[in-house]
Formats: sequence, structure tokens, C-alpha cells
Amino acid sequence: MSKLTTLAAAVEKIPDGASVMIGGFMGGGSPHRLIAELVRQGKKNLAIIANDTARPGIGIGRLIDANAVVKLVTSHIGLNPETQKRMIAEEIEVELVPQGTLAERIRAGGTGLGGVITPTGVGTVVAEGKPTIEIDGETFLVEKPLKADFALIHAVRADLFGNLQYQLTARNFNPVMAMAGETVIAEADIVVPVGMIPPDHAETVGVVVDFLVARKG
Amino acid sequence: MDAKILIAQRVAQELKDGDLVNLGIGLPTLVAQFLPAGMRAFFQSENGLIGMQALAEKAAAFEDLTDAGGTPASFIPGAAAFDSVTSFGFIRGGHLDVTVLGGLQVDEAGQLANWMVPGKMVPGMGGAMDLVSGAKRVIVAMTHTAKGEAKIIRKCTLPITSVRRVDLIVTDMAVIEPTAEGLVLKEVAPGTAIEDVMAATEANLIIAADIREMSLSA
Repeated sequence: MSKLTTLAAAVEKIPDGASVMIGGFMGGGSPHRLIAELVRQGKKNLAIIANDTARPGIGIGRLIDANAVVKLVTSHIGLNPETQKRMIAEEIEVELVPQGTLAERIRAGGTGLGGVITPTGVGTVVAEGKPTIEIDGETFLVEKPLKADFALIHAVRADLFGNLQYQLTARNFNPVMAMAGETVIAEADIVVPVGMIPPDHAETVGVVVDFLVARKG
Repeated sequence: MDAKILIAQRVAQELKDGDLVNLGIGLPTLVAQFLPAGMRAFFQSENGLIGMQALAEKAAAFEDLTDAGGTPASFIPGAAAFDSVTSFGFIRGGHLDVTVLGGLQVDEAGQLANWMVPGKMVPGMGGAMDLVSGAKRVIVAMTHTAKGEAKIIRKCTLPITSVRRVDLIVTDMAVIEPTAEGLVLKEVAPGTAIEDVMAATEANLIIAADIREMSLSA
């Protein structure tokens, strides 16, 4: 079987108002073609979960520029003044989450855990309104899991079944998000026949990937 | 000497052979250039690599290998790559020897604020809250004042990064160690008088009995 589809058909499945996780770190390892197609199809009111919004004109920054985002769960917007401007003007609702907590909340969402128990953020504004728990005399913050309607993933290599491989710092949030999206769309630099990725080297398992888009073509 | 270079040179003296180190975006990144000769530290980039080093030539830039600021980077033999969950496992899990971070304010309790100025500048905390909570040693590298305003103050007025007391503050004027008793002034920069440091600091400083001039080489 092949999960390969066209760019337009894959992105048409994402309705306005959907929650969407997008892999990448300052643009590195983001599914750039899928992002460009979200903009081209004029999607609106998206709730984005991503590590950052890169810079204006780059990666997830393009969705901010296109006014496609109404809600954002993220850890860092320091290099995108456009996102900060829209946050302060209350055009985008932004929830800032410590980066390690964001990764673990997504992991919890994708692996069926009820939450994350972390020392990060205790005693800061991040802890406001959240429960804490004492374990062996130390205080931890309880953070909720995160899931999304869609996860948009970038991989360096995919087989037609959707087994994925990543490389270097383009890995970042991609593998963990591939587990936490209800529908997972992966964009791969290289697409190979089933069998070309050996079982020991499938970093994301194809069963969670629904649609595959080649980076070119 | 340029203030940032001075700070980076002094911070580099704090690193030990074999340390696993995370350098924040901006000023802290400069520290890697001033490692004492023959010393090897492993630099973690929180976007998923241990063993990162600066790119030697622009032509070797590769889109899937960048530092945490998105700038093309390179790696040393023995380097390893991993996802964000694992990256922060290193940081929170007690595996990271030293983190060097920038600062907006540090107070008498040794608490750091470095991630937002409400209503004005909202970069977000990125990895800073995890780094300050989890690293074995936290070094704040920052200019002593900002536009003439003291940054080392009695009590942080900006939202703090962690309740944890940081281990050392290195500025262009001084080296200060936060302790249970308060902030101890341990070193002054070359050509800087103790009185100058006191005048540029809002917080109370305890002057160390063995206060000395900042050493910029091992």
C-alpha cells in the first residue's frame, strides 16, 4: 500500500479552525511545503502547537504573516516580532510553555499518559492555576497532555507505508508530534519503496502516519 | 575591551574539561570561542545535538544542522543527535554540568528573570526554565546595567525564570556569587573600582574578604 498523495489533497483535509501540531525548530525540520500550501489554500482560525514561530517569512512564521492563526501554544517567539506584536494586540491567543514541558505534554498526549509531573516552572507565572504535587519532599507542577486534530511532520526519508527517518537537528519535535496527531501528514525529502527502511531504523512507525507528501513533485 | 567579549572570556574560565554545557542564544554563545587551550567541553544545543561546534566555513552550511538560534552549525566527532523529548531529558535529568544564560534581572535571592517584559517584549522562556531548574550549575552572563538601569536588584520586578538560586553572575564589571547570606562580590573587572560596582548595583553586595581582579585566562 502507498500513503503517497498530492500536496493539495493532503492539505484539503485540514478544515478552518483545526488544531495543528507542526514540527520544526526555528524553521529547521519544518514541513515547508505543507505550510506553504496551508497559506495558499487560505486556511483560517488555526490553533497551532509548535516549538516556535521561526521568523517572519520563514517556516511557521508564514502562517502568522498570512493571519491564519488565532491560537498558539509555543515556547519561544523571541525571533518573530510579528508574533509578539499580534500577541500584545490580542489578535493571537498565545500560551507560552517551557520547551521541555511542551515536549513532554505532547509525549503524554500521544502515549496515553494523564499528564506531566515536572519541576520546571514551580513558583513562576507558569504555575498559576495549576495543581502541584509533593513527591519525596520535592514540589512538582502537574501539566496537562496535548493532542491535536492534525500533526504535520517533516522527515528526511519515508517509505510508502509511512515509516519515517530524521536527521540531525531537523528531528526536534517531529517524532513526538507524529504520535499525538489524530491525523498525521508527513512530508519527506526522499520517498522510497517499502522495505528500504529496515525495521530497526524506522524512527516513526508507519502505522501512525496517514498521508505522505514528497518534498518535490 | 568589548563588554561581551570580556564576559565571555571570564565565563569560559568556569568550564571544566569534559563538562556538558548548554549556551543560550546571544552573548553566552561567545563563550565557546574562549575555552582554555587543550580543554574539551561538549556543547549541547537544545534543538537536539550534543557535540555542536561553530561552522568553519559558510559553504558547509546544511539546512538540517543548526544551532538553537537557527544559524548553521557543525559538530565534533562523537556527536549525537536526538529529539526534543530526549534533549530536555538531558537538561532536567541532571546530566547537564553547566548552563550559561543571559539575564534581564537577578536579585538578592539569586533568582533570575530573563524571559519577558510584560506588555513590551515577550520572547517566551524557550528552554530557559528547564535549564535553570535542571542544570547542575547555572551561570548568568549579562551586562551589569541596561541603559544605565541596575539589573542586579533587591527583588526581581519581572517574572522570574525559576525559584532556584543561580550559582554565579558574570558581568562586564564584576563576578558575583549568590549565596544563602546574599550576593557576594568576588571579583571586579580590570580598571573597575569596588565603588563603581556598588554604584551600578541596586542590590546589597557582601564584599568578599579575598576580593580580586577578574582573571581572563587560566
